[in-house]
Amino acid sequence: MSELSGEQLYDGPDEHGHFGIYGGIFVGETLMPALEELNRVYTKLKQDPMFWKEFHNDLAHYVGRPSPLYHAKGMTKALGGAQIYLKREDLNHTGAHKVNNTIGQALLAKAMGKSRIIAETGAGQHGVATATVAARLGLECHVFMGSEDTKRQAANVYRMKLLGATVVEVNSGSKTLKDAMNEALRDWATNVDTTYYIIGTVAGPHPYPMLVRDFQCVIGQEARQQSLEQCGRLPDSLVACVGGGSNAIGLFYPFLKDEAVRMIGVEAGGLGLNTGKHAAPLNTGAPGVLHGNRTYLMNDEDGQILETHSISAGLDYPGVGPEHAWLKDIKRAEYTTVTDEEALSAFRFLTRQEGIIPALESSHAIAYAIKAAPDLPEDHLMLINLSGRGDKDIHTVAQIDGIDA
Amino acid sequence: MSRIEKCFKQLKRQNKKAFIPYLTAGDPNIETSLNLMHALVQAGADIIELGYPFSDPSSDGPVIQRAVERSLAKHTSLKGVLALVKRFREENQDTPLVLMGYLNPIECMGYQKFAEDAEAAGVDGVLVVDMPPEEAHDLLQIIHRSELDCIFLVAPTTHEARARKICELSSGYVYYVSLKGVTGASHLDIDSVRTNVNQLKSYCELPIAIGFGIKDAETAAKLGELADAIIVGSALVSLIAELKDGHEYSRDELSKHIALMAGMRAALDRS
Repeated sequence: MSELSGEQLYDGPDEHGHFGIYGGIFVGETLMPALEELNRVYTKLKQDPMFWKEFHNDLAHYVGRPSPLYHAKGMTKALGGAQIYLKREDLNHTGAHKVNNTIGQALLAKAMGKSRIIAETGAGQHGVATATVAARLGLECHVFMGSEDTKRQAANVYRMKLLGATVVEVNSGSKTLKDAMNEALRDWATNVDTTYYIIGTVAGPHPYPMLVRDFQCVIGQEARQQSLEQCGRLPDSLVACVGGGSNAIGLFYPFLKDEAVRMIGVEAGGLGLNTGKHAAPLNTGAPGVLHGNRTYLMNDEDGQILETHSISAGLDYPGVGPEHAWLKDIKRAEYTTVTDEEALSAFRFLTRQEGIIPALESSHAIAYAIKAAPDLPEDHLMLINLSGRGDKDIHTVAQIDGIDA
Repeated sequence: MSRIEKCFKQLKRQNKKAFIPYLTAGDPNIETSLNLMHALVQAGADIIELGYPFSDPSSDGPVIQRAVERSLAKHTSLKGVLALVKRFREENQDTPLVLMGYLNPIECMGYQKFAEDAEAAGVDGVLVVDMPPEEAHDLLQIIHRSELDCIFLVAPTTHEARARKICELSSGYVYYVSLKGVTGASHLDIDSVRTNVNQLKSYCELPIAIGFGIKDAETAAKLGELADAIIVGSALVSLIAELKDGHEYSRDELSKHIALMAGMRAALDRS
């Protein structure tokens, strides 16, 4: 680690997909050649300006980018400290940052001549974003979703079905995102000739953590530019929630070499770290191997993956993208947690202060700001990634309020 | 010479193919697994693949997934599986045992401790499903200093350059995955297996074992003709799934229950 210079620290992954000891390719042999092929195709297209032109054209005219950087004056005033800016990924088509990645990977699927798309989903946002691009390109689409999550995100299940996707309920293991990912890997091994697997976060085997980051870093590229234009300078801190970590890496990556910019990733503290019922591998876990990569994991002393808990389905995952594991170890980014309860009050707070209903995932980032901003000076610019809108979570919150919405 | 190598040499002299059943340790409990291992030897198993459970078996079909869930419900750990091997060795010093599973439990134990404890317990080989050659360097270095063999998979999707590298890195035998998919799938195409295995034979110096999707004696015999060994997993695990956890089975009862294994052995010998 110490042999690398500052620049090289952020140039990951290496050609084998490693960020330090993290990342890599840990899958059964059947999938290895498919990953080699994906890496080959992506490496080539990455050099092709036409590929990026098509990508950015889709982002502009289909997704509605650039998303605004919004000075949240009501929230700033209420907290009485740092200036709060929100990167409005909630305004994207399909309601979250997830679509940036599915647009990019759909272009890859097309270039590789695949006729069928599969995806895993937790909150359903990635499933919806995948079903959306599949509908647009006329591709067959199967989305794997844990049966716990189909219950708490019924509206998104219906959305995917409307879009023509088949939603496959997964009943194995903990019946959440990690099990959906296992099932997607099994399907991919079975249908590898015809099928492209759109992984929804910056985890999984190489080259996924790299290519998902490359598609998501449009968030940080825009935010950096917007901050310079609107504030005349870079922000002092960046805040994003971290499940697998795609919205966070998308925001952080273009700022990595701006050493003065602090980066804070917020994991799901669930009912509290001391209860064990949370989803905070970076805060409580240790390095291990799951779903194709080495990263921080929540596992027991025998290496069995632990069941996680979070109020937000999108953060309910026992692992995290390998680049976050690396950024933690080299101390370039900090990772903290907020509880379900704090996220829930942040959800209500933003809704009332700004008229913006945030996703419960993004509410974790808001909750961090509520705690940290009051102690910061008024000239501190805090840029928060509002990664998704909360429409999908209305039922969850209503249920907690005892209302039949 | 390792126990696995010795086993294949001996079978070759007798002009026989190796029969390799797989079971998940701890399903339905450790005691029954121990008796099943002995019953399998009685049924004609030449090598036993012993699965150690992992919570997220992403290369396995539903039959083995459920076996893993039953095993984990009994809190079976990698350490517990090594203890099982040690007990098996009290009675049987000849049948090679190959541990099969996923990398995380081994990472958690630590590579060095794992290799030492596995060797001391009487394990002969290790097959880590989600550790391709690209990521095997560190574990292989340690395994090469031990008496353990390291077995890798070759799949129908594996191109020749990869397969050659895999054969070079493997010891004991090479596991040819007969179909694109997960364990226990049912879309086996014998003609394509024949083509791929014949090609593999032309440069692989190790014995080749074929596994995935072998469900009956007839298929066992057909695939036995193509290679040096066949591996039967889900077909056996489905039978084990019928056993009750609370009941103590004698070895004879278990032998009768898994009579399909002796049938496969006999069919293999006729092929």
